[in-house]
Amino acid sequence: MSLLLTAGAFFVFIGILAGLFGVTTILERKGLGRLQNRYGPNRVGPFGFLQFAADGLKMLTKEDIVPRTADRIVHFLAPLALLIPVCLSFSVLPFGPKLVFLDFDAGLLFFFAVGAATELAVFMAGWSSRNKYSLLGAMRAIAQMISYEVPLVISSLTVVMLVGSLSLTNIVREQEPVLFGFLHTWHVFTPWGLAGFILFLIAATAESNRTPFDIPEAESEIIAGYLTEYSGFKYALFFLGEYLGLFAMCGLGITLFLGGWLPPFAFLGFIPSPIWFALKLLAMIALFIWVRGTLPRLRVDQLLNFAWKFMLPMTLINFVVAALWHYSGNWGLPAGFALRWLICGTVVMVPYLLLARLFTRKFIPRTYRYAE
Amino acid sequence: MIGKGIAKGFIETARNFVGSYTDESRLVTVQYPEEREPLKENTRNFPFLVYDGEDAEKGLRCVACKICEKDCPPQCIYIVLERDEKGRPQKHPKVFDIDVSVCMSCQICVEVCPFEAIKMDTEFELSQTDRFQGLLLDKVQLAKSNSYYHKLHPTEAAAVDAKLAEEKAKKATPAPAPSTAAPPQPAPSKT
Repeated sequence: MSLLLTAGAFFVFIGILAGLFGVTTILERKGLGRLQNRYGPNRVGPFGFLQFAADGLKMLTKEDIVPRTADRIVHFLAPLALLIPVCLSFSVLPFGPKLVFLDFDAGLLFFFAVGAATELAVFMAGWSSRNKYSLLGAMRAIAQMISYEVPLVISSLTVVMLVGSLSLTNIVREQEPVLFGFLHTWHVFTPWGLAGFILFLIAATAESNRTPFDIPEAESEIIAGYLTEYSGFKYALFFLGEYLGLFAMCGLGITLFLGGWLPPFAFLGFIPSPIWFALKLLAMIALFIWVRGTLPRLRVDQLLNFAWKFMLPMTLINFVVAALWHYSGNWGLPAGFALRWLICGTVVMVPYLLLARLFTRKFIPRTYRYAE
Repeated sequence: MIGKGIAKGFIETARNFVGSYTDESRLVTVQYPEEREPLKENTRNFPFLVYDGEDAEKGLRCVACKICEKDCPPQCIYIVLERDEKGRPQKHPKVFDIDVSVCMSCQICVEVCPFEAIKMDTEFELSQTDRFQGLLLDKVQLAKSNSYYHKLHPTEAAAVDAKLAEEKAKKATPAPAPSTAAPPQPAPSKT
């Protein structure tokens, strides 16, 4: 019975998230517009806020076209295979101390295991469409997602290493102690946490195919990548899956680094925990929209170089920094917190600058043999 | 330092975001059906027929000479000459149709017309529910007054009016006396 209740609550929750998806699409379009000095949609409903309903209805009523030579079964299953794992990954995220649907001991492991299934869905979509653009998009998606899975997992493992638990609720509880009498010790307030959070954000952007890393569906290069042959509601399902995947990634980032359901200051604890989680989620989504409105798309080789030559070394160095931070707590340094920050920050920044030097030396003086 | 350019970009977009709410002049969008930009004087879209005076039917400058019909590259003009009961031509079009779905706005009809009877309109909101009959404009729909022409292209219309007045004056003047360089006769007062 209680299992049934949990399942029911879970589906209600997914419904709420789907609603959030609608609201996010309109906020994203309006926000992107404003970032580029445009109005954005402003015709349907008050200030255009019902645009997502109009778009949804349009998607529902559109003809569902399947290419004649497509592998129909796989083509049909791909959107579902994307959406279901994404929905499942929400089940382990703690939205409040009690508000977690499956409080696994290995919650983080479950999250990544389920999240990796989306790659299969993307490849199913690209392969079954029998279209060269779809296949190219799928190939790019596989290359990108597998490359960025590594830094994503390693940057999360840093947290696991220090907390000593894979349970996401435990990870949040570990951030509960109060510093200086008012500040919760969110992991992002530590040098390894800050670096790890930024690395996590970059990898999460790549995992959820968002703009600086949207090469699998690059419109200007390969039409819509693996989405090329999708239309109507299947297309909408893909979008829903991608946005929910983004929310899940944001949720994981909040849980690991931004203190989950905890308020920023201890004295704000009277506000219910899900509200704090929702506010952080909105802030993260706004950040992703801002990134999308600012950064142009990378080239494929730049993307892979960045993953293997920059992200991976940095996440590994971050491991060392986390260990240093952990053990320097026992050294009894004078002015402990500040000095530890300084030492660990240096250990992050020096390799960062060296790697950056390596990159800029390679990329900045660019010569063209034929163009010009 | 790597990442400086990215940070600059973020600041720029953030400035756009805040600026677009506080400073209206940043938004270049013209909200079309409610707001519109004034059209340039040389705008042209599809032809119309000019008439003088009040009566659109009587005042039409067109004499149904069919030069425009023959010169129209996509052949979107169709003219039938009006004849009286005895079959004499009346220097007036009985039918003058322009299919604006075919017209390519080349303005050649305007160039060749010796009577300044056909000019270019600037109207562009021509959507119709019937794309065949609805876009086939007939004589009544095409006839627009000279004052309308003046409103659309003031400079050009003034030049045309001056030219027409001059021609009319020349016609009204008795044509003889080509031999002597006669002193300029006073133009007839009746125009």
